[in-house]
Amino acid sequence: MISAPLLSIITFLPLLGAGFILMIRGEEHDVARNARYVALWTSLITFVLSLLLWTNFDRTTADFQFEEKVVWIKALGINYHMGVDGISVLFVLLSTLLTPICILSAWDAVKVRVKEYMIAFLVLETLMVGMFCALDFVVFYIFFEGVLIPMFLIIGIWGGPRRVYSAFKFFLYTLTGSVLMLLAILALYFQTGTLDIPELLTQHRVPPEWQVWLWLAFFASFAVKVPMWPVHTWLPDAHVEAPTAGSVILAGVLLKMGAYGFLRFSVPMLPEASAFFTPFVFALSIIAIIYTSLVALAQEDMKKLIAYSSVAHMGFVTLGIFTVNQQGIEGAIYQMLSHGVVSAALFLVVGVIYDRMHTREISRYDGLVSRMPRYAFVFMVFMLASVGLPGTSGFVGEFLVIVGAFQVNTWVALLTATGMVLGAAYMLYLYRRVVFGVMTKADLKAILDMNWREKLVFAPLLILVIWMGIYPPPFLDIMSVSVTNLIQNYDAALASAEGSHLTAFWTGK
Amino acid sequence: MEIAIVFLPLVGAIIAGFFGRQIGDKPSMYTTSALLIVSAVLSAFVLYDVAFQGNARVTELFTWIDSGTFEISWALKVDTLTAVMLCVVTIVSAVVHVYSIGYMGHDKSKPRLFAYLSMFTLFMLTLVTADNFVQMFFGWEGVGLASYLLIGFWYERPSACAAAIKAFLVNRVGDIGFALGIAGAFFLFGSASFDQVFGEVPQYADASFSFLGIEGHALTIICILLFIGAMGKSAQLGLHTWLPDAMEGPTPVSALIHAATMVTAGVFMVCRLSPMFEFAPVALELVTYVGAITCFFAATIGITQNDIKRVIAYSTCSQLGYMFFAAGVSAYEASIFHLATHACFKALLFLGAGSVIHAMSDEQDMRRMGGLWKKIPYTYIYMWIGSLALAGIPFFSGYFSKDMIIEAAYGAHNGHGLFAYWMGVAAAFLTALYSWRLILMTFHGKPKMDAKTWDHVHESPMVMVLPLIVLALGACFLGYLGYGYFVGDHREDFWRGAIYLLPGTDPIEAAHHVPGWVKLMPLIAGFGGVAVAYLAYWLAPSLPHFCATRFRPVYLLFLNKWYFDELYDHLFVKPAMSIGRKLWKTGDGTVIDGFGPNGIAATTSNMSRRVSWLQSGYVYHYAFAMLIGVVALVTWYLIGRMG
Repeated sequence: MISAPLLSIITFLPLLGAGFILMIRGEEHDVARNARYVALWTSLITFVLSLLLWTNFDRTTADFQFEEKVVWIKALGINYHMGVDGISVLFVLLSTLLTPICILSAWDAVKVRVKEYMIAFLVLETLMVGMFCALDFVVFYIFFEGVLIPMFLIIGIWGGPRRVYSAFKFFLYTLTGSVLMLLAILALYFQTGTLDIPELLTQHRVPPEWQVWLWLAFFASFAVKVPMWPVHTWLPDAHVEAPTAGSVILAGVLLKMGAYGFLRFSVPMLPEASAFFTPFVFALSIIAIIYTSLVALAQEDMKKLIAYSSVAHMGFVTLGIFTVNQQGIEGAIYQMLSHGVVSAALFLVVGVIYDRMHTREISRYDGLVSRMPRYAFVFMVFMLASVGLPGTSGFVGEFLVIVGAFQVNTWVALLTATGMVLGAAYMLYLYRRVVFGVMTKADLKAILDMNWREKLVFAPLLILVIWMGIYPPPFLDIMSVSVTNLIQNYDAALASAEGSHLTAFWTGK
Repeated sequence: MEIAIVFLPLVGAIIAGFFGRQIGDKPSMYTTSALLIVSAVLSAFVLYDVAFQGNARVTELFTWIDSGTFEISWALKVDTLTAVMLCVVTIVSAVVHVYSIGYMGHDKSKPRLFAYLSMFTLFMLTLVTADNFVQMFFGWEGVGLASYLLIGFWYERPSACAAAIKAFLVNRVGDIGFALGIAGAFFLFGSASFDQVFGEVPQYADASFSFLGIEGHALTIICILLFIGAMGKSAQLGLHTWLPDAMEGPTPVSALIHAATMVTAGVFMVCRLSPMFEFAPVALELVTYVGAITCFFAATIGITQNDIKRVIAYSTCSQLGYMFFAAGVSAYEASIFHLATHACFKALLFLGAGSVIHAMSDEQDMRRMGGLWKKIPYTYIYMWIGSLALAGIPFFSGYFSKDMIIEAAYGAHNGHGLFAYWMGVAAAFLTALYSWRLILMTFHGKPKMDAKTWDHVHESPMVMVLPLIVLALGACFLGYLGYGYFVGDHREDFWRGAIYLLPGTDPIEAAHHVPGWVKLMPLIAGFGGVAVAYLAYWLAPSLPHFCATRFRPVYLLFLNKWYFDELYDHLFVKPAMSIGRKLWKTGDGTVIDGFGPNGIAATTSNMSRRVSWLQSGYVYHYAFAMLIGVVALVTWYLIGRMG
């Protein structure tokens, strides 16, 4: 085990880099160039450091590792407490991987306020990583809500024409959720007298009649972030208005925060309420899968289509989590990772042609394959990963969720599996309209294939998607013990609460 | 050795796919073809080793998915069943590769075609060598992808793109069944590996579980789900609509994928899973009915189509029906036997049709052909051989395998077997009829094309003619040579337990002892079909027209493929699009946003003012909202305390 406070270094190194960029002075052109390089190197070093987590992670225990604990506000028992287990470590890696890719993808695309842009991304990285590492509720809450600020700025400053409307929508949704979650955290504190997450996970049981309310309060916040149907409508708008790199982080990491919340808090801390609400979550997830897939089929804007497909894919995730069996939860986590990579890549794919043509409208494109064969290949691979073709990362998660769901309820499994057809329908239809066919549009005739920088951006994602599809054990191994532990605790809690008070609560006796 | 067989095509695909542009057309074509030929030769050795020396084995490569008790490896399982499939796949694939060198001579993206073909072969080989459900599913979807890419090979054509998507989606519908079947098998057996599952089947013979609220026999449910997957891939009734459209792809592709190999994957799957299906008699009955109805139904469409490739496509659909009902009456060996012979003669017919199309400057409508036999004699001979084998004329391959199937159906001595027998006989008549209709319309009679095309008609180059000899030999002799091993006296030494049969059932044995008239019927039907074809398209050319007008509704039904496409279009395709649009505009737009964010915004008359206020006072507002929350909570808590 490494003695240095690795997690803190990984968390705050980007912030340091941001501070450094802040101090850059000089001509605008030089500032922009220096800011780019500083941001790139900072994020790359962060990524390399985060690989140490991967190599030094003890895969045989479900305990939190790389723990750091410093007293912060003694009177309230708030500590600066960091640590990762098999569930969160992968998301830390996902965040540190996607940040340099975002910075690289924005290399030429962002031309105004480059300095601020880079700062925003580095700050965002700090907050994302901190969120996944936090083991104290207050610290978690700060990071969790803090993430939204740079995201607002990225959409608001570098976004498209309707960015104000999108930001407003986003704000309304998340505000409701945040307030309720804060209430829930305070309630937890009053109930148990601690805000330490590992302690809450292992030592305290929340009374069932409280669980329902706490669960709903958490749910309000997490469901918006996932986003689950019907609180998903902020997502397509936010994506459409966000710059490419903003969409990448939004889809790649920010959407995972809600599902991570379910995994970390709702299911283990409020098991009885989770069991009680499982049918409700299943229903919403299935609606998400079918409803948004159909909506995606009708989209005319590429980014909106992929945004809707994200909602459908996250439906698999929430469904998998609440099956609470090994295949379901591992499938859900795997699906999150896969979606993190694939949807990020798909937004980058859209970004490539958006940078050239400045439109996302599907009908403005056709027959790109004749001018851009390499682009067509890359698009094809990620399209197929999104469809969940075996051999790509998308398959493993989706399939495990179906296997997990089958053990719980066959109707759920069947309806989930229809996502296989609908998902293929909208993606193939999109691909056909954009890439296949004869190139008839005059303004496309001079379009250029990907340059070396774009290839560099896609290469790691491409390798990852295939690797995760052909040889997933490294990823499944790292989460396996933690997931098993989660399930055991959940089952034990339910068993001990036999004849749950919940039903009594609802009937008012 | 099997590792080499499986991965040589991958090497070829990578070379042609990624470096085709750099190394040029010819090197990519020759490399991929050469690798495939090596693969085919090795397959022959493996077949000898496994079937005749008894060295069946499983080679484990590495772990794939390991989630709790769900453990799956990449592995190559080779037994007689696999070895036969290896040979069929690699040999036909090698022939098609070589043939394509000539056929695609004028095409601009040759390396791409060869990369796809090799990639397809790789997926097909992983499918047949799978030792667990999930790897089979990998190959299964992989060939689906290759099929999608190859159908849409000429991506400039809208019809090709549409056909490609249709093929993928219809297959995916079937794959829902397959995926749920795998999930069900894992649920029941706690494993997804074949050996483990097969070993435990007898213990679970009477198990039951609830599926979609219906309590049922577990194995039957699982087998039916898996069979739905097989129906999709093998284009059986209901999920067959993609196959005729798939003819948009280049003809060599049709020969390899949509005749000889991929579409037979469903048949292979049922045979591979014989240890499960044997314990699910109801599922087998369903397989029989679906197979029997498809074999008749597709043949009726075949007699009315005018596109030369579509006739053969429906014929394929129909022949797959034969293979399924053979499996359905537990004559798995006969099913695989027909699969092998069919691969030879159907690929031969397709590639022959490819030569015709090539000679006709890409004309596919048989009504504009005629009198070609003098100009393209080799092709003509090949087409005759293929048709003779297809129609089951004695001593050609199809005669041995198809008659065996029909007799086995009778020999099963049960209701669905008998149904299949009569359907099979009727389809045999139709098969001969459409085969000779094709030959007569294409090669005989007066030339009906324009003079320019007629002058241009030429025999294909040797690189296209020579490889077909392999298939022609197969179409002539494989039946005679293979009969003893596949379904004859040596069959037990040959299969070595690769196929499982319930003790006491042996429809193959029963088939050898059916009454004489039973054996005679398919023959009479076959010769009858040929005779009617000569009558209608040679002696009395007005007869088809007369029939078409006299029995117009029936003719239209057949011509329009029983209206399946129209039905699906109205039931699924159009509603999906319009529902999607409605949900988007009304569901997301009016309802959710209307009552949600926009509704809240609209409560102030001037939204933009409000927004700017939100932006400027954002942090303040946010903190304020939090404060309200805290107050509310504390109040509530205190009330709770006091009350």
